[in-house]
Amino acid sequence: MPRLSVWLIRASFLYLLLGLLFGALILAEKGLVFYTPVWNLFPLHVEFLLIGWLFQLALGVAFWIVPRFGKGFSRGPEGLVWAAFILFNFGILIIALQFWIAPAILIGRTAEVCAGILFVFGTWKRIKPQKA
Amino acid sequence: MPLLTRTLIKTGMICLILALILGIALALGATNGLFPAYIHLLVFGWITQLIFGVVFWMFPKYSLEQPRGSEALGWWMYALLNSGLLMRAALEPIQATRPNAFSGWALVLSAALQFASGVLFVINSWKRVREK
Ligand code: HEM
Repeated sequence: MPRLSVWLIRASFLYLLLGLLFGALILAEKGLVFYTPVWNLFPLHVEFLLIGWLFQLALGVAFWIVPRFGKGFSRGPEGLVWAAFILFNFGILIIALQFWIAPAILIGRTAEVCAGILFVFGTWKRIKPQKA
Repeated sequence: MPLLTRTLIKTGMICLILALILGIALALGATNGLFPAYIHLLVFGWITQLIFGVVFWMFPKYSLEQPRGSEALGWWMYALLNSGLLMRAALEPIQATRPNAFSGWALVLSAALQFASGVLFVINSWKRVREK
């Protein structure tokens, strides 16, 4: 597994843990009503699990597993995908600050879209028959 | 494919079917706390459980003696995920319509079980995410 996939996948594991923790706190709150502000974690629960966990894990596994280029088994322009990794996580973390920074959601979503585009540019040509 | 993986994927498929049936119930106008059960049977019971199964099966070896990490931990992960999710799916609608101390505390337990299953997954998989 390449180093970049290790980063993507381990980051996704961390979001899984945090996202599940937040979900568990909200579910417990639904059971016992002990501290209503727990509901403020709700947007982070969804962001961390859908984007941070599921999407990021998919990016990490894709970068690892899709066909490589013949000579030296290159994975193409890795720099683009590193930039995608950094922008993607910047986006998620900025969105986590939405209660403190007013335009956080807009900035974060924009960063995520740019990350997605960079990832697509970085891996597009690898979506090919194994030997080509 | 190891038995744990087969069990995770097949249980995930059952969650998928249950979710799709709940989707029909929702389309027919059922409410009362069924929507969260629908979403979580899909994203946790199906997608996440499928991922847990495939990661256990295909990720790089943990060690020569224990290529897939701890199988016992894997079975605990399976049991906690499904008992927690099942409790939630059954109790959240009760808590939404006729809240009572039993379903309240049981929801707290269900939240803890589901979070714990994620922790076990990360413990068992973290070291298998590495460079080769
Ligand atoms: C990968 C796993 C998960 C994903 C992707 C996920 C995603 C979501 C989504 C999209 C919603 C919004 C549903 C809505 O609009 O009402 C939601 C709500 C919620 N989730 Fe999760 N979730 C996951 C796991 C969990 C777990 C394990 C728990 C509890 C231990 C949990 C607890 C909650 C709670 C309490 C709500 C609020 C339900 C309500 O509206 O009353 N989630 N989750």
